[in-house]
Amino acid sequence: MSKPLPSASGHFRRSYADEFRLIETRFAKAMTLVFAVFLIGFPFVASPFYVDLATQVFLASIGALALMLLTGIAGQISLGHAGLLAAGAFTAGILYKETAAPFWITIPASAVTGAVLGIVFGLPSLRLRGLYLAVSTLALHFVVVYLGGEYETRRGYSTGILVDPPVVFGFEIYSPRIWYFVLAAAAGIALLVSINLMRSRSGRAWRAIHSNETVAEALGIDMARYKLLAFVISSAMTSVAGALFAYYRGFVSIEAFSLYLTIQYVAMIIIGGMGNLLGALLGAVFVTLFPYLIEGLMSALPGADRLAGSVFAVNYAAFGFVMILFLVFEPQGLVGIWRRVRNYFLLWPFKHKALGGSS
Amino acid sequence: MQFVVNIMVLAAIYALIACGYVLIYRVSRVLNLAHGELMMLGAYLLVATASAFAASPLMAVVFAAVMSLAVGGMVYLFLMRRMTGETVLAAVLTTVALGILIRGLIVLFWSAQQQHPRAMLGWDNPVIVLPGDARISLYSALLIVATVIVYGGLFLFLRFGRWGIRMRAAGQNPLLAAQRGINLHAVFALAWGLSTFTGAIAGMLIALDSGLDSTMTMIGLKAFPAALVGGLDSLVGALIGALIIAGAEVGVIRFIDPLLADVVPFIVLIVMLVIRPWGLFGTREELDRV
Repeated sequence: MSKPLPSASGHFRRSYADEFRLIETRFAKAMTLVFAVFLIGFPFVASPFYVDLATQVFLASIGALALMLLTGIAGQISLGHAGLLAAGAFTAGILYKETAAPFWITIPASAVTGAVLGIVFGLPSLRLRGLYLAVSTLALHFVVVYLGGEYETRRGYSTGILVDPPVVFGFEIYSPRIWYFVLAAAAGIALLVSINLMRSRSGRAWRAIHSNETVAEALGIDMARYKLLAFVISSAMTSVAGALFAYYRGFVSIEAFSLYLTIQYVAMIIIGGMGNLLGALLGAVFVTLFPYLIEGLMSALPGADRLAGSVFAVNYAAFGFVMILFLVFEPQGLVGIWRRVRNYFLLWPFKHKALGGSS
Repeated sequence: MQFVVNIMVLAAIYALIACGYVLIYRVSRVLNLAHGELMMLGAYLLVATASAFAASPLMAVVFAAVMSLAVGGMVYLFLMRRMTGETVLAAVLTTVALGILIRGLIVLFWSAQQQHPRAMLGWDNPVIVLPGDARISLYSALLIVATVIVYGGLFLFLRFGRWGIRMRAAGQNPLLAAQRGINLHAVFALAWGLSTFTGAIAGMLIALDSGLDSTMTMIGLKAFPAALVGGLDSLVGALIGALIIAGAEVGVIRFIDPLLADVVPFIVLIVMLVIRPWGLFGTREELDRV
């Protein structure tokens, strides 16, 4: 994702400094500002339900960004995402329960756990490709989940581990509004890290590996190193997301980290649009809000009381159906739709962009 | 003795399911992660036909099996056909999404409660005492018989059957096969149909033996390591792999920790992927093709 030139806007990069700017045009600056103001103002006007939804979106987008870096950018298929989230959540939970470790120890600790697990998950990628890699990460997911379940039963927390709200500088993070800002900041940091990774050496190396491994190696890219790096960074981010999830929910149970969660994260990057960070965010929004959307639609239907029992099943089926629709009809995901719409307006009154132009 | 019988029954279950993974992978290089759900759907079809054909239980079983054959073919014709030429990831994820869709629909139609098709058909499940004081239920024994018949039938079909030879040709080189006049779509649809059919037989027999609910998909997923350990494109491999996985699982339950039962197949899978990723009987070059 080299930054597309803001085509047709009359904006040109005239110095090297321009190349490194995150936000290029005055209009983009204004839009970013408006968005930031909206995000800050949101929890003060919206009801607690919507604040909770937004917080869930932030949490999901951290995991989705991490998976996007690994699968969408570096091209390493992973079906072990729930296992990594579980690892982070359990690291935080276990450290808290066993040693009463504070927030600023458990979070880095879960990042370290994630990084180590990333190496474990990533080692097969040095030998395996595509399908076989996906299968090996899937197998590791079951191992991690087993270990978590084993801890729960051995220590007698068979229903789950309770985690108290974290205390930072003597200040307890408890109210939904505070959580909203904490997780918004976390998601923002994750996004910044991802963007900067993408424009640095490692991001370019990952994209080269994704396109063609042989060519990438011939170009002098250290395959083993960058593959493992992708796994380590992605897993560390995912684990931190898992730990934050544990604190936010105040409760860790292995049941929450089923294979279905992995599929949801994979669906985020598919529905959002492969290989694009914006796609990860859009996908996170879509997949997080989707069940509530279905629930809302179903309660609007006549005979809502009779349907109430089957909301869960409808949700499941609809989710599978939407995922299939995107895979078959819109492999570019939401980003693809967004690009088409944007190009339509950018090019208007013309229909086709010039050959050879960038996106 | 009981120990050996347990291994044999579990191996038969895994082998019967694993041949579905192998059939589809061998012919079309797609890993069907919805196999567990398709197999469960077969079992639920039996629940549906059991209430419709209350008079003749055997007809119900036959009808459900034929229906699952059709379902498998339709999955290919309406869904997977569109995924030809897409990346491996896209095809695999489509099957994952299909699995979720099927699971949701099943709960929607039949609720999440446990079903007992055997009681609905009015059959009972006597215990057979084997020499050596080992016990086996009738349907577990039938599972072993079914596995033998299915594998024997598949072997003959792929070796001598007209369509079987076409299937092998399509798996070996789709381009040449197509130029030779083989209808690839028909062959792929047949592979999906057969795979769902064998899966449904496994699902029905398991459901007849011990009831039916959505945990059956886990059995389907655990049979996947069996297919991969043996080699994803080898039927003989699937048999051996099923024996290995079943042996490991039953052994661990007996001697170490029953809680490990759900992970053992995957641990064996990881070990296999590290040592010999293409499986015991698989083709080595397969690995670079994916």
